[in-house]
Amino acid sequence: MTPSDSEQTKTQQPDLMDLAQKRDLMQQRVAASLKRRHASEKRFRLYGMAAVTVALSFVAILFITILSKGLPAFWQATLTLDVYFDPEIIEIDEKPVRQPGESDGAFQQRMLAWQTDLGFVNFNRIILNSLAEVLPEAPRYQRDAMRLVTSGERFGLRQLVEDNPAIVGQTLRLKLLADANVDVWLKGNIDRSLPDSQQQLSARTRAWADELAERGIIRNQFSTALFMNADSRSSLASAGLAGAFMGSLMMMLIVMFLAVPVGVASAIYLEEFAPKNRLTDLIEVNINNLAAVPSIVFGLLGASVFILWFKLPLSAPIVGGLVLSLMTLPTVIIATRSTLKAIPPSIRQAALGIGASKVQSVFHHVLPLAIPGILTGSILGVAQALGEAAPLLLIGMSSFVASVPGSPFDQSTALPVQIYLWQGNELRNFFEARTSAAIIVLLALMISLNALAIWLRRHFETRW
Amino acid sequence: MNTMQVSFGEKKDNAAQAEHAVKMSARDVKVFYGDNEALHGINMDILENEVIAFIGPSGCGKSTFLRCLNRMNDTIDTARVTGLVTLDGKDIYDRSLDVVQLRAQVGMVFQKPNPFPKSIFENIAYGPRLHGLVDNKRDLDEVVESSLRRAGLWDEVKDRLEAPGTGLSGGQQQRLCIARAIAVSPEVILMDEPCSALDPIATSIIEELIDELKGSYTIAIVTHNMQQAARVSDKTAFFHLGNLVELNDTREIFTNPQDSRTEDYITGRFG
Repeated sequence: MTPSDSEQTKTQQPDLMDLAQKRDLMQQRVAASLKRRHASEKRFRLYGMAAVTVALSFVAILFITILSKGLPAFWQATLTLDVYFDPEIIEIDEKPVRQPGESDGAFQQRMLAWQTDLGFVNFNRIILNSLAEVLPEAPRYQRDAMRLVTSGERFGLRQLVEDNPAIVGQTLRLKLLADANVDVWLKGNIDRSLPDSQQQLSARTRAWADELAERGIIRNQFSTALFMNADSRSSLASAGLAGAFMGSLMMMLIVMFLAVPVGVASAIYLEEFAPKNRLTDLIEVNINNLAAVPSIVFGLLGASVFILWFKLPLSAPIVGGLVLSLMTLPTVIIATRSTLKAIPPSIRQAALGIGASKVQSVFHHVLPLAIPGILTGSILGVAQALGEAAPLLLIGMSSFVASVPGSPFDQSTALPVQIYLWQGNELRNFFEARTSAAIIVLLALMISLNALAIWLRRHFETRW
Repeated sequence: MNTMQVSFGEKKDNAAQAEHAVKMSARDVKVFYGDNEALHGINMDILENEVIAFIGPSGCGKSTFLRCLNRMNDTIDTARVTGLVTLDGKDIYDRSLDVVQLRAQVGMVFQKPNPFPKSIFENIAYGPRLHGLVDNKRDLDEVVESSLRRAGLWDEVKDRLEAPGTGLSGGQQQRLCIARAIAVSPEVILMDEPCSALDPIATSIIEELIDELKGSYTIAIVTHNMQQAARVSDKTAFFHLGNLVELNDTREIFTNPQDSRTEDYITGRFG
């Protein structure tokens, strides 16, 4: 070994030691930091789980309260009575039948006269007589007795006679909705110990209600009133969602046939064909801004443009549909554009490279791939519009409408607005449940729309 | 930016023209992306039924030039092409020429296999149907079969023509794309790094295919792989920083490069 060699090994040896020591040290540091990292990872996971749990429990609380409050409203106190259509009370001629050779006008005039006659018939009397069958005292305390049955039922009886005059003289076993206050009393939604002065019903009516309930004449039965009837303020027990539902349905159809095609078409143009310049940049910025505009502003716009300028009717689904379409447009455009952006450019290039024109490449290849995304975006947009109440308040759709609209130009209200209206009804004890029932209907619609969106996305999804 | 302006193209071409007719030619072709000049005046002749390879380091403009030949640069908003590019002596940037017709004549195969997310049959049938090349289903079936046969894919897929094209392996997908390009009977096929996403076996199959196809088509291929250029091409063009540095017979380029930059590149000193 030469001196230089030994020197080298000497200097090398400590170096190696050093390196080993360094590595040890590094390993220790890594181990130490690892502990910290694992701890933070665990912490983060815990935060996440806690957040999800809190969110889920809030959803659960929401659903439980709404369901527990709302479901009882679908079952209403109902009287089962034998109703005698007394010919002495129902004194009307035979229902007019169209004579051969009779003109439209003449027939309608005769029909109207007959209906007017029918309108004068005192159907309350018939109800009272049926009540007298089960409550002999009823005729003596007419006012108290009549409070048992909701006032709208006399129109139900009239309708029965109008539809089939042959029932006059017969006795039918009918189900008549009890008054809203009877329903409240029997369901225990009012404090039974309150003094008479604070009760909605007289002591006699309350006693009768209890008696009839005990005898099984008043029973809690599933009621279609909530679905079949329009809103009502005179006969609260028969107030229903049909009017609001039809209004919402019409508006949704308008949004679907207006906002979705226009939005998808504009998105396709902007994304695929429009030149990229200042103007299109400006349009894009504006669309994004529009999506963030509070919905009530669209209501103001609708009031000033569609109602004041175009002279469209107040409270009409057509105006509501137009306003909601405006509100939904940016959502649809943005969703469609982002879907189109996500289609790989290789597909476009493949089509162009083979000699497809721009339009062909878009409509043959890009659009079919984008359909699931477009559908999802559109349905979510429509669902959002369905749940919107604020803009409708400004175009008069928060008015009380007691009929089911037959066309988009008729007065109507909408489901979310109906919820808002019922929430403010004076008979809280009755309408609290009804409001929740309306919320259940709206939520069910929303959930089915979203489910449809998910199904469509799964169904049309193509991989590339 | 680069200020060098070198062009060797013209001188070299004259000798070669004796054998083949000129299929496509480029004269002083410049491409701008916005204000940025990406190609600085390219002159090149591509002869009929030959395979020409474009090589060069990344960003040298070889793909950009390839895309000028079927006007794919039109699809990039900021791109602007000047100069003259002809196909059979006709200016392809002429206003009277329809770009759709050009692309039917000059087909393209892309870097990443990009079959349509449809059946194998539909992938091939799309082009002929689009251009109205077939009158009935029997003709269409024939075109599909012959295209797949030429692309060497027929035996592998004949029993599952209705299966999605995207379900094939990478190499099969690329051959499907070549078959799709062939189906419209183009005169020129442009290939933009057709093997860069493929494994060696699939690559060698595609290379064999290119060799078979050159009897009927003029092929321009961009490649990063110099061995590939050496294997498949008759001519090789070396691009560097937006210039065509050298264009010559492939053998010449690889054995006796004229320009020092070409030599540096093919010996692996840069790129």
